[in-house]
Amino acid sequence: MSSFPRPIATTRSVTGISTGKLAVWWLIASEIVIFGGVLGSYLMHRIGHPEWASQAAHTNTVFGAVNTFVLLTSSLFAVMAHQAADQKDGKKAAKFLYLTTLGAVIFLIIKSVEWTGEIQHGFTITSHTFWSFYYTAAGIHGVHVIVGAIIMLVIANDARKGIDLQRVEAVGLYWHFVDIVWIFLFPLLYIAK
Amino acid sequence: MSADATTPHDAAHGGGHTTHHYPYVKIWGVLLVLLALSVIGPMLGHPIVTLLTAFGIAFVKAFIVIKYFMHLTVEKKYIGFLLLVMIAFMLVFVGGVSPDVMKHEGQRWVNTAAQDVVTKGLAADKAAEGHEGKHE
Repeated sequence: MSSFPRPIATTRSVTGISTGKLAVWWLIASEIVIFGGVLGSYLMHRIGHPEWASQAAHTNTVFGAVNTFVLLTSSLFAVMAHQAADQKDGKKAAKFLYLTTLGAVIFLIIKSVEWTGEIQHGFTITSHTFWSFYYTAAGIHGVHVIVGAIIMLVIANDARKGIDLQRVEAVGLYWHFVDIVWIFLFPLLYIAK
Repeated sequence: MSADATTPHDAAHGGGHTTHHYPYVKIWGVLLVLLALSVIGPMLGHPIVTLLTAFGIAFVKAFIVIKYFMHLTVEKKYIGFLLLVMIAFMLVFVGGVSPDVMKHEGQRWVNTAAQDVVTKGLAADKAAEGHEGKHE
């Protein structure tokens, strides 16, 4: 029994869906504007500056494609965790959430190796406006991956004990959104040379 | 602490979640095929094929994730409207500033700084290509 009072949002629903899930949808809605602003600005500059192509040619498509595979797979695990939570199988849900978190860790390791190589070759955040956008967009996304992984571990720990299984779906929604952002970052930063 | 919170919405559906679940592994397989196409397509070097395979497929992949993994189509309708409003805000922003960012001169203005950057950048790229050509 926890000594902390139970948050009212955990059990209340006045909008037809649980307040916690509604909060995640609101978060996603605000994130659309954040990532939309960054990606929209990048796209406009990229079209207005044909000389950026020579900089974009240095991004590594293989790293980007492998990371897309990793995130798509982690999204699969997230939705399977949701399915297990619906079946009231907390242990199975936790297992899938741990696998999702493993996907986040693999993604971050690949990103670290990729960025290390690029920085060693002189492609830093101040070397060119293309790289400023590259590190800013991928960096903000990376922060979301780290935050998502931490939250998933907390929720998986509770789910393992059968506590608050409805949160599994909520964190899954967030994780799928992080996946969608990468789905658009991949062609913008890695394929459009 | 209770084991699992049940909202009135959940309760209305028999005390538990009623999300319709799909064959997720098959959907994941489709996403991987689309990923492969988005990588292979641009290798052909045709601008239209690149646009369709890289960016067109990104929209298809996003749709699949939204529909089958996020279950947005079976969510309350106002959630979809909320997201559409945010996308509309984003499009208003992009539409509003795009003429200034994407073009470097208009009827009564010229962005000489941007023009210089483009000219110098393309000249540097050309010089680098020539330098590489000499070494080959």
